[in-house]
Amino acid sequence: MSIHAQSIDLKDRFAAFFYKHQSTIREGLPEGINQHRQVAIEAFQQNGIPDRNVEDYKYTDLNPAFEKDYRTYIRPKQIDFNLNDIFHCDVPALDTHVVLLLNGWFYEKKTPQKKLPNGVIITSLREAANEYPEVIQKHYNQYADSKNQGLTALNTAFAQDGVFIYVPRGKAMDKPVQIINLLMDEEPGMSQHRNLMVMEEGSQAKVIVCDHTLSQSTFLTNSVTEIYAGQNAHMDFVRIQNEHNDSTQISNLYLNQERDSNVTSNTISLHGGLIRNNYYLRLNGENCENKTLGLYLTDRGQHIDSYVHMDHAHPHSRSNQLFKGVLDDYATGAFNGRILVRQDAQKTEAYQANNNILLTDDAKMNSKPQLEIYADDVKCSHGGTSGQLNGDALFYLRSRGIPLKEAQLLLMYAFAHEIIGEIHIQPLQDRIHELTEKRLRGELTRCNYCQMHCGDSGKN
Amino acid sequence: MLTIKNLHVSIEDKQILKGINLEVQKGEIHAIMGPNGSGKSTLASVLAGRNLFNITEGEIIYEGKNLLEMAPEERAREGIFLGFQYPVEIPGVSMMNFLKTAVNEQRKHRGLEPMKSSDFLKMMREKKDLVEIDSNLTNRSVNEGFSGGEKKRNEIFQMAMLDPRLSILDETDSGLDIDALKIVAHGVNKLKSSENATIVITHYQRLLNYIIPDRVHVLYDGQIVKSGNKDLAIELEDKGYDWLRKETQAG
Ligand SMILES: Nc1ncnc2c1ncn2[C@@H]1O[C@H](COP(=O)(O)OP(=O)(O)O)[C@@H](O)[C@H]1O
Ligand SMILES: [Mg+2]
Repeated sequence: MSIHAQSIDLKDRFAAFFYKHQSTIREGLPEGINQHRQVAIEAFQQNGIPDRNVEDYKYTDLNPAFEKDYRTYIRPKQIDFNLNDIFHCDVPALDTHVVLLLNGWFYEKKTPQKKLPNGVIITSLREAANEYPEVIQKHYNQYADSKNQGLTALNTAFAQDGVFIYVPRGKAMDKPVQIINLLMDEEPGMSQHRNLMVMEEGSQAKVIVCDHTLSQSTFLTNSVTEIYAGQNAHMDFVRIQNEHNDSTQISNLYLNQERDSNVTSNTISLHGGLIRNNYYLRLNGENCENKTLGLYLTDRGQHIDSYVHMDHAHPHSRSNQLFKGVLDDYATGAFNGRILVRQDAQKTEAYQANNNILLTDDAKMNSKPQLEIYADDVKCSHGGTSGQLNGDALFYLRSRGIPLKEAQLLLMYAFAHEIIGEIHIQPLQDRIHELTEKRLRGELTRCNYCQMHCGDSGKN
Repeated sequence: MLTIKNLHVSIEDKQILKGINLEVQKGEIHAIMGPNGSGKSTLASVLAGRNLFNITEGEIIYEGKNLLEMAPEERAREGIFLGFQYPVEIPGVSMMNFLKTAVNEQRKHRGLEPMKSSDFLKMMREKKDLVEIDSNLTNRSVNEGFSGGEKKRNEIFQMAMLDPRLSILDETDSGLDIDALKIVAHGVNKLKSSENATIVITHYQRLLNYIIPDRVHVLYDGQIVKSGNKDLAIELEDKGYDWLRKETQAG
């Protein structure tokens, strides 16, 4: 099924498609999920897909990406292939619970064990919706803003599958969960998967999300991930974005942190055509700790836009946003980070920085910090730099016999290290170091496919 | 080994060096003294290849080659070493990786294989002992958070690792206490041979109690106004730079 009808407005096109096929969309899913659709599609019709007139999307117009004629699957398409032939995660010694999403649909064959002995559940959103309705009722669409955010509303109206993770009270995951999002089709495809991760009080987990495109066609992803980190829960959330130049990826992360919880999210964007990462973070209790980090390496016509909304709702919490980028050729980027400190949130510490290295005169970065502070006893700061490599440092390295190219590389690598060093899963950190180095050396740019796949670390 | 002829250097239309002439033979130690702002660091930077400056006149011949045409890294591989007055902190670049890269680039230039890790570590240990540098410093980022003295020792340590033919040490003694000064001087003396040469730039005479120079030059307002043997340094210490000002103005 595809969405045609060029004459009517984009949002009406999606709405019409929804109304026409909603019985199929709802099929097999309980009220816990379906009850949100009607409100969401109406909110979407109100808000539409943001264009540059929307303040938070000033530097990224997503409309062209939505105007293309995608196949939208409201039933999983049967794709005949042997997964092992085309994809293997080649991070050596990375021992994880692997979960696959293929074009946004949970891939059952890859997940034999959905319930671990300690009660941890790793399964599809579809299955969870039917098996654990009380968890869905309590958490699904409770953190995502399907009222005001058009893209989130669109996802809520259409979402049919995704990954569900549940970590019971006081339990720790024995190893990280690795969600691999694969996009593979001969036709342009759109995916709107929906993830829900619930971490009960005192639980611990590490989650890795890897995004890959496995075929050349145009892809559009508009995903929503909701994370609930209960009291004193600890979570590391790492995301590796690695899609080809014809892909558009919009990710919407909604994180709710309860008191004493500690979450680090780390997004490494190695490759992608157009990327928009939205982070909506709510520190909903005292003494929360949050780190929201990002590293992006872009070249040619790539564009990446990171938007962070950090909401300090209660006293004594600390947050730290750090986004760093290396932009080459005529790549462009935007960073829009917002810190909201509510009136009650005394003793908040909130920091934000966005540092960029522009390797050419044509590379451009727009960085916009916003502080909204209603409490008086807080420590907040924001800062940003966009410029070239430090000339003194370059000269120092060269004066020891290190060639210009290598000296530049060492400095870029050092620049990136500050983020990569915060990946608290050692084999992954090592691999990302290696890929970053290759990427910065320009050894991976010609590779239009996923880099985790063709990096071939094990072979040299 | 090194011949500087009538070197004029300016930055942003401001003349800093106004006709420097200097001849250094292998096996020699030269000292360059002079008050703050006289152009000592500028001369050192120009020798190492910093491109902030405009060379408006003159030439520099090093081992028969036109030095001014060479990139900083080429000069380094040809044996020139600059000990920085203000060594740069480079967060995120480990000392180990930095030194390994530098040493192996120089080896490559000489047609040698990259050094084996075990050999490299052994060499590091030896050279560390020479300058009595804290072992932990090599586990950190280049100069990051090093004290003033540690930075200076680190310069000598790098010099020892790279085994240069012409070393230019820019105020390596300033900010050092007397013990540290002796260690640095000891390092320099240990590395001295009949094949290499050293230019020590200093503000004070005291370093020259430990490093005995063959020639002493006084740089004043962009010119070498006086040259002599080691006694010149002592004379300068006694009479101060004012004495020279009077003398140059009279002459
Ligand atoms: N990057 C620069 N930009 C402008 N002026 C400079 C720069 N570097 C040095 N100078 C000027 O050149 C003169 C000589 O400086 P320098 O070579 O550092 O002297 P010294 O090392 O003898 O103290 C000083 O007047 C200084 O201000
Ligand atoms: Mg100086």
